[in-house]
Amino acid sequence: MKFRKHAAVIAGGLSATLLAIGLAHAATISVSCGAVGKELEMCKQGAEAWAKKTGNTVTLVSTPDSTTERLALYQQLLAAGAADIDVFQIDVVWPGILANHFIDLSKAAGKAVDEHFPAIIKNNTVGGKLVGIPWFTDAGVLYYRKDLLEKYGAKPPTTWEELTATAQKVQDGERKAGNDKMWGYVWQGRAYEGLTCDALEWVASFNGGTIVDPAGKVTINNPGAIAALKMAAGWVNTITPKGVLNYGEEEARGVFQSGNAVFMRNWPYAWNLANGADSPIKDKVGVVALPKGGANGRHAATLGGWQLAVSKYSKNQAQAADLVMYLTSAAEQKRRAIEASYNPTIASLYKDKDVLAAVPFFGSLYETFVNAVPRPSTPTGTKYNQVSSEFWNTTSAVLSGQGDAAGAVKALDEKLTRLSRGGKW
Amino acid sequence: MSEQSELTRSRIGAAWLFLAPMLFLLVLVAGWPLLRTIWFGFTDANLADLSSWKFVGLDNYIDHTDGKWTGLLVDPEWWRAVWNTVFFTLISVSVETVFGMVIALVLNASFPGRGVVRTAVLIPWAVPTIVSAKMWSWMLNDQFGIVNDAMMKLGLISHPLAWTANPDLSMIAVIMVDVWKTTPFMALLLLAGLQMLPSDCYEAARVDGINPVKVFFRVTLPLIRPAVMVAVIFRALDAFRIFDLIYVLTSNSKDTMSMSVYARQQLVDFQEVGYGSAASTLLFLTVGILIVVYMVVGRVQFDKD
Repeated sequence: MKFRKHAAVIAGGLSATLLAIGLAHAATISVSCGAVGKELEMCKQGAEAWAKKTGNTVTLVSTPDSTTERLALYQQLLAAGAADIDVFQIDVVWPGILANHFIDLSKAAGKAVDEHFPAIIKNNTVGGKLVGIPWFTDAGVLYYRKDLLEKYGAKPPTTWEELTATAQKVQDGERKAGNDKMWGYVWQGRAYEGLTCDALEWVASFNGGTIVDPAGKVTINNPGAIAALKMAAGWVNTITPKGVLNYGEEEARGVFQSGNAVFMRNWPYAWNLANGADSPIKDKVGVVALPKGGANGRHAATLGGWQLAVSKYSKNQAQAADLVMYLTSAAEQKRRAIEASYNPTIASLYKDKDVLAAVPFFGSLYETFVNAVPRPSTPTGTKYNQVSSEFWNTTSAVLSGQGDAAGAVKALDEKLTRLSRGGKW
Repeated sequence: MSEQSELTRSRIGAAWLFLAPMLFLLVLVAGWPLLRTIWFGFTDANLADLSSWKFVGLDNYIDHTDGKWTGLLVDPEWWRAVWNTVFFTLISVSVETVFGMVIALVLNASFPGRGVVRTAVLIPWAVPTIVSAKMWSWMLNDQFGIVNDAMMKLGLISHPLAWTANPDLSMIAVIMVDVWKTTPFMALLLLAGLQMLPSDCYEAARVDGINPVKVFFRVTLPLIRPAVMVAVIFRALDAFRIFDLIYVLTSNSKDTMSMSVYARQQLVDFQEVGYGSAASTLLFLTVGILIVVYMVVGRVQFDKD
């Protein structure tokens, strides 16, 4: 066994230092990867390339698609101090919740830190500790069917009113023409973190704030938020199927990609898949920023994205950190951007010709990605999950018609204020 | 009370010796976690750091601060979860008992191929819950689900239903899947009861020419009542801690949230180990009380006999 490893490393013709590291600590590193769209495949290729280069081995652990369930799984593993997973893929809103369980990566990262967007690095730094290295960033975007809008002489919408009108028009027209499965607009409506992202976009686009402001004050009870939720509730069962109340990202993509929706709200990963060789809507898809809430509103996209962190319970922290640096490097992020449209976290890649040729909207929506609206995970700290859960449950109740927007938002405000212990969190 | 003989005492000693490993294991895998959960229910422990916690007494259950009542016992969401669980248990167990009885009666009759049918009926019970729940969640999908497709083709509905998303339908969907899955178990327990019935009553009834429906209500039902009671209590206890099916089909939705789903959400999603443990303890107490009530009722009936 050992002999074979020696042989493999020598045959690989690696530099002397790498050889020494490889011989001394050839380790098996296990990485948790998401499996939404092409995620798992991309993660596997990247991790295996690193394994080949360094003489270590990697095992992949695939995790639930739903971010909420993934966090629950991580919390159980980490609270038990399990060393089973060395490298964790963590959501942009989790550093505050999970910081305790991860090592400080600032030393391993060195100067590489400066390449990434400063806002994400700041988000990932908890109490002076760099908890995770940015892997890809995300922001909600609006997908539309170029061919259908052209057919009905409509332009991509810039306000929600336009979106609603266009969606209704195309949906009615297509249904009359015989496609009775056609819907206007699909998004993520299940009671989970994804709904928080979608609803935050509606609220922020009406200048309704971000649920809790950066100082920790609960701000959700305002006319903008009420208007936003009313509007979204009006979509359900008109331009949006009622089943959306149980859709995550992949369910929405299922409807859109099979050609049965005019518009879809999703993350950039869907671009590459919608244009895949086996996609019925290949080359018929356009992407624009999410609409504004009325003429005075703003284009708002929720900041998403994933980081890589190293568990402090890992037995091979040095190798794990090395893998993290490899996967988050500019070269690997470029590969992921081109092959699977994952947004780089390195600014210079947005000017890279190859990247822009593969995913044109990385150029046109650069501002959207840089100015994405963060969820209130920083002011609410470890309570973020409770805040988010209250918010998505309130939204879900309004969407399913179990309460009116004004009353629901007022009740939410009271609940969150109580939870925040008067803004102190 | 006469003095125990040497033999009896040594037999009792041997019995304890043989029981000891089992008791030890039971304390280890059931007793210790249970006591720990009950203990955590009196603390403010948090999942982010389980080593630091402080004792808060009954605050997780009920607490009066700043003129407001807080705690589990005044949390409307907890009571909603309790109601969901009770509703789910009542409906699903009743339906399963009726269906189970029908299937058991059919399987009790002898007909060619009975062995094959008995095995086939058990299949839903043999499929792991997570697998069958996931399978059903695809079948019930509003856009590509086969259930909607079939009902549309049969002309039963005019537009697809959002089974797991619509608050009016989601509980029905959950109960439906549970009935599909658990009826075979019920049927099996009842069948075991049916096969132990003495045949002479039936012969007497046949000689007297009694109508079969009357035979069922006057002879079969009273005779297998103990078996039915056991089956119902088994199912009810099982239904009370329902988690996997609801969680897979409808996630954390408040419309279908059971007590277990509530406790898990507090414990894991919200990291409130103290509060979640209090909820788990209440769930444990509820099930415990049910068992005691059942045993008392059962004993009273024994005395009557």
